[in-house]
Amino acid sequence: MKIGVVVFPGSNCDHDTYHVLKDELQAHVEYIWHKETTLRFFDAIVLPGGFSYGDYLRAGALARFSPVMQAVIGLARQGVPVLGICNGFQVLLEAGLLPGALLANDHLRFRCQTVTLRVSDSSSCFTRAYQPGQLLRMPIAHYHGNYHAPADTLHRLQEEALIAFQYCDRSGELSPAANPNGSALNIAGIYNPARNVLGMMPHPERASSALLGSTDGMGIFKSLLGN
Amino acid sequence: MWIALVNVTYRPGILDPEAKTIQQALAALGFASVEDLKTGRFFELHYAPGTERETAEQLTHAIADQLLANPVIQSYRFDLQEAAE
Repeated sequence: MKIGVVVFPGSNCDHDTYHVLKDELQAHVEYIWHKETTLRFFDAIVLPGGFSYGDYLRAGALARFSPVMQAVIGLARQGVPVLGICNGFQVLLEAGLLPGALLANDHLRFRCQTVTLRVSDSSSCFTRAYQPGQLLRMPIAHYHGNYHAPADTLHRLQEEALIAFQYCDRSGELSPAANPNGSALNIAGIYNPARNVLGMMPHPERASSALLGSTDGMGIFKSLLGN
Repeated sequence: MWIALVNVTYRPGILDPEAKTIQQALAALGFASVEDLKTGRFFELHYAPGTERETAEQLTHAIADQLLANPVIQSYRFDLQEAAE
């Protein structure tokens, strides 16, 4: 299993992601520079967090037109797992691989904190290491994390169990107070209908080492590797 | 030459906390008669000399649809102005 971590100009969580996969999980992982146009021999792709292209125009809007993205879109359509974390989630939305958009946080503040997430669905290649309803602690660090989608899209996400993670309080309640950014339905992460694309605002790569306070994010990478 | 003046704004119903904050500041300054306020992004596209008006119009639509606006949350409108070459 070979995993590619895409590096856009302005990516800044690429090394963290690479480190978790390579050093913590001994996976075969390679960086992919955003100018690559062919992505053969990769079994999964990660679009890491950061500020690709300085978040100019809209977060993720310019990275979406990086040469590598045509290949990533092609792989995603073939069923290859594609994980977008934070800015990577924004890129996936702009690329149309996931529905909806991320607006500025409703309180207009950058939020850097640890949140509690509920695993709302654990039936994907990204979440199978978790139990449905399991609570996870992971950091968020974003300004544009306020998930928005038309009512019919939100309905479909619920009906088809395409909501992977939701912000909740310590008891698992999806309360407004536990929602750090105003996201519809407390959404923190969603799948595409084929469940091979996951976009999420929280940072599992920053919650994959006991030394850093949480290993709750490790389940995503373990799921991906089939461990 | 043709210049396209493109305005990108949020669709109705999309939360725009920045606009709300500016409006509250206006109220605090005494401009209470501003009932609603919208923010947006403005772009000027200068087309190469010789570009036909119709072409400029088509290109502006293509550019706004593909990049300048995110149709999930934004809409756009534009005017074309003719400038001396």
